[in-house]
Amino acid sequence: MHKLSTFFAAVVAAGLLVAGGPAKAADPLRIGTEGAYPPFNLVDANGELQGFDVDIAKALCAAMEVECTFVKQDWDGIIPALLAGKYDAIVASMSITEERRQAVDFTERYYTNKLRFIARKDMQLDISAAGLAGLDVGAQRATISGSFLEEHYPDANVRLYDTQENAYLDLAAGRLDAVLGDALVNYEWLNSEAGADFAFKGAPVFEGDLIAIALRKGNPDLVERFNAAIRQIRADGTYQEINARYFPFDIY
Amino acid sequence: MDLRLMVDSLPQLLLGMLATLELVALSGALGVVLAVPVALARVSPRAWVRAAPLGYIFFLRGTPLLVQIFLVYYGLGQFETVRESVLWPVLREAYWCAIIAFTLNTSAYTAEILRGAIQAVPPGEVEAARALGMSHALTLRRVVLPRAVRMALPAYGNEVILMVKGSALASTITLLDLTGMARTIIAKTYKPLEIFLAAGLLYLLITLVITRLIRRAETHLSTTANPRPKGRP
Amino acid sequence: MVPDLHGFGPVLLEGTLMTVRLAVASCAVGIVLGLLGAAAKLSGSPVLRALGGAYSTVLRGIPELLVVLMIYFGASTVLMAAARPFGYAGYIELSPFVAGVTALGLTFGAYATEVFRGALQAIPPGQSEAARALGMGRVLAFRRVTLPQVWRLALPGLGNLFMVLLKDTALISVIGLEELMRMTAFAVGRTKEPFTFYLAAALIYLVLTALTTLALSAMERRAARGHGRR
Repeated sequence: MHKLSTFFAAVVAAGLLVAGGPAKAADPLRIGTEGAYPPFNLVDANGELQGFDVDIAKALCAAMEVECTFVKQDWDGIIPALLAGKYDAIVASMSITEERRQAVDFTERYYTNKLRFIARKDMQLDISAAGLAGLDVGAQRATISGSFLEEHYPDANVRLYDTQENAYLDLAAGRLDAVLGDALVNYEWLNSEAGADFAFKGAPVFEGDLIAIALRKGNPDLVERFNAAIRQIRADGTYQEINARYFPFDIY
Repeated sequence: MDLRLMVDSLPQLLLGMLATLELVALSGALGVVLAVPVALARVSPRAWVRAAPLGYIFFLRGTPLLVQIFLVYYGLGQFETVRESVLWPVLREAYWCAIIAFTLNTSAYTAEILRGAIQAVPPGEVEAARALGMSHALTLRRVVLPRAVRMALPAYGNEVILMVKGSALASTITLLDLTGMARTIIAKTYKPLEIFLAAGLLYLLITLVITRLIRRAETHLSTTANPRPKGRP
Repeated sequence: MVPDLHGFGPVLLEGTLMTVRLAVASCAVGIVLGLLGAAAKLSGSPVLRALGGAYSTVLRGIPELLVVLMIYFGASTVLMAAARPFGYAGYIELSPFVAGVTALGLTFGAYATEVFRGALQAIPPGQSEAARALGMGRVLAFRRVTLPQVWRLALPGLGNLFMVLLKDTALISVIGLEELMRMTAFAVGRTKEPFTFYLAAALIYLVLTALTTLALSAMERRAARGHGRR
C-alpha cells in the first residue's frame, strides 16, 4: 500500500514538473464555492461566478481589506479540497453540522435556512416518516438534506445526486416523488419555469439550519476576522442590500 | 493513513461491490443475447443486412459510455411522450437505465468480437458441414457458433473487465455501486484516499478473479472441444 | 440532423478543444509511461520486472473513473506528505487538467506497456545484435533499428488505446475540467434539454473518433512503407 502511494506520488510529481511546478500559497484569500447552487452560487453564461454567496464573500473581503480570488469546486470534494489547501475558505451555503465540525472550523452564520420538501402541486404528500415510506425522495449528495433523509426516513427510497440541478431534473421528469432541500434554493426553483408545477409540501422539517463559512482547523485569527467582517456588513447595510437582490425578506 | 476507517467501511463497500457484480452480470448476459443477431447480420451474405448494424456499432463504439448513460437517463426524460409511455416505469428507474446503457454498449463491442471470430472459422469446416447435408441454420448452430465462441473467449474476457470498470459510471446516476458507495462514504468521512484505495482493491479483486475464470474456461473449452485422439501413439 | 443549440454551440466547441488538448497531452504522457513500463517488464532486474508488472496489472484492473477521483482528491494529500520531509510545507496544487492528464496518462501507459512489450518481443534479437556487430552503440542500435520497428508494430495497438482515451476524457468532467462533457452538462442545466445536448455531444465525439480513425490509418500506412503489403 505504502509502495503504491509512493509510486503514485512519484509519477504525479513528474507530471507536475512538466506542468510548471507547484503553486505556492500567497497572501490573498482563496475562496472555494460550488457554482451550481442558484441563487446562492452559480456560473453565468460568461463563465463568471455569481450569486448571494459570491456577493457576500466579496463584501466580506472588502470589509477585511484583503484581495480574494474564487475557486470553483464540485460539492463532493469541497471539504477535502479545503483540507488539502486548494483554497482557504468555503463560502458555498454550507450548513454547520457536528460531522463537519470534526473536519473544519466554522465562522458565525451568515444566513439561516430551513429544510423543506417540494413535490408536484397536485400531489397529497404526507411528509412523516410513514408517509414517505416507499417513495422516491431525492437530495444532493453530501448535504445536510441528504443525511437528514437517511437519518429520519429509513423507509423512503433515498436517492443522492451529484448536483442539486440533477435532483430537480429528475423531480421534473417524474423519477422522484419529492425533493428535500434548502427552502431558499427550492424557493428559487419553484419560481422558475421548470418548477411551475411544483410546490412546498408541509412545514419545514428542520429549522435553524445555520449557514456559515468553513475554514481549515487551527486558524482562530482568520475565524475572528471573518466574524468581525460579517458583523460589519450587517451593521453598515451592505448585507441588507445584497439580501434584497435575491429575496424580498431577510434571510439572516 | 486511517486503516480503521478502511476496515469499518468494508461492509458497506462489499454491499456496493455486490451491486456492481449484479449490474455487470445482468447487462453482460443481455449484451451477449443482443450481440449474436448483430454479429450474424454483420457476416450476412446480403449487403443490405450487413450494412444495417453498422450505424448501431459505429455510434456505440464511437461515443463515451458516460454520454450514453446520460442520454438514456436524463435525455429520454426530456420528452413528454416518453414520460407518458408504457416504458416509463422501466426508464424511470436509474437501475434499468444503467442496465440499458451498459447492455447496448457491450452488445456493440461483443458483436464485433464475435464477428471477427465467425469470420475466422475456417471456410472448409463450413463447407464440410454443408456437404454432410446440414442446413444453413444447423451449420451455424453446430459448427460456426461453437467454434467462434471458443475463439472469441480471450477477447470477450477483456470486454468483461472493461464492463466491470465501466460500471463505475453507474454512480453518476445515483446508483450505489462500489464507486457510488465509496463516494457516499467519503461525503460523510472526508477521507477520499483511504476509501478510494479500499474500493480500488476490491475492483482489482474482481478483475483478477474474472481473468482467472476466463482463463479456466479457455482451457476447459479447448480440452473438451479437441479431445485427444485415442489409440494413436 | 442539427439540433437547435440555443446559442450554446461556441461553448460546446470550446469544450471540444479542451477535450482534444486533454487527449493529446494524456497520450504523450501515456506513451512515455508505456515505454518505461515495457522496459521495466523486459529488464533483467526482478525488482523492475515486478514493478512494471504491478503497474500494468493494477492500473488496468481499476475503473478509470476511480483513478481519476483518486488522483484528484488523493494526490494532493500524498504529494504534500511526500514533499514535507524535503522541507516544503506549502500547498501543492493539482488542477483538474493536470489531475486528468495524470489519471488518463497512467491508465493509457498501463495498457501501452503491454502493447510495447508485445512489439519489442516481436523484433528478432538478431537484428540489434547485427547492428551491434556493425559497430553501432547500444543507444544508436535501439534508435535506428529497434525503435522504428516498434513504432510500426505498436501503432495499431496504440491507435486503439487512443480511441479509448478519447472517450475516457469525458470522465474528467466529474472533477470539474471544462471539457466537452462538462460544457454539455452546463448547457443542460441552463436549457433543461438533456437529450438535445447529450446527443449533440455524442455527435461531436463521433466526429472526433471518425477523424482519429482516418488519421490512424494514414499513419499506419506511412509507418509500414517499405514493408510490403501485409
